[in-house]
Amino acid sequence: MNETNPTTGKLKKCLPLAGGFFTGILNGLFGAGGGMVAVPFLRSGGLDEKESHASSVALLMALSLVSTALYLHRGSMTIGDALPYLPGALAGSAAGALLMPKISTKWLRRIFGLLMIYGGIRMVTG
Amino acid sequence: MITIIIASFFSAVCAALGLGGGTVLMLYFALLTDIPQQQAQGINLLLFLPVAALSLWFHTKNKLVAWKRILWVILCGLPGVLLGCWISNIMDVGWLRRAFGIFLLAMGVHELLGQKSPDKRTENESSRTEPGGSDDSSQNA
Repeated sequence: MNETNPTTGKLKKCLPLAGGFFTGILNGLFGAGGGMVAVPFLRSGGLDEKESHASSVALLMALSLVSTALYLHRGSMTIGDALPYLPGALAGSAAGALLMPKISTKWLRRIFGLLMIYGGIRMVTG
Repeated sequence: MITIIIASFFSAVCAALGLGGGTVLMLYFALLTDIPQQQAQGINLLLFLPVAALSLWFHTKNKLVAWKRILWVILCGLPGVLLGCWISNIMDVGWLRRAFGIFLLAMGVHELLGQKSPDKRTENESSRTEPGGSDDSSQNA
């Protein structure tokens, strides 16, 4: 038997669930950004980095299904609006999934950070 | 058209890597197009579905998805989605855009400054192993 603090054990189980709720809010509110929150929460539940990334896709797909239905229902967009982006997105998805087991995402994260800060400043001030 | 292909390709690569691909596409919409914020969010969500389905197929094949655990997280996320959609519906579009900008800033700073090195992560996690807490992750840890 490993030495386990019961409080830590409960927290480890509850954190991903709280993360799921928070990810859901972001998914519905912004239509994006959930993955960046979901991955650390899933990691806190004991999944390794690659599992957390892969499992976050499953989580976000389920949440996005509901969000998409609600956005379509209220007329925010149509299916036709998204079609021009579909070929590039499918090709990119396959490329990303094939690359995932092989590459480190460390440098990509840094580029991302800079891109997000730049975009965030533009959106707040623009 | 070429910018649409580049933006959608790059965002999907990032989404498949769990890096927040939706954010990339939202940045493209916000900075390089005049598509309204709520429409951009809707397109982003809609586009994510086939991309996620394809990614999931690959990830499941690679045995990387912890399905048993993620089911409960999904159930907790659904009320959050309803709440988020409701807020985005009643919120002024300008403020929605600013709120997303603030979120981006926070996440950008976190990405740049808040990362532990992979070695430290591994050390910390191995010292926190708990009984019954590594059923899925142990296969790939």
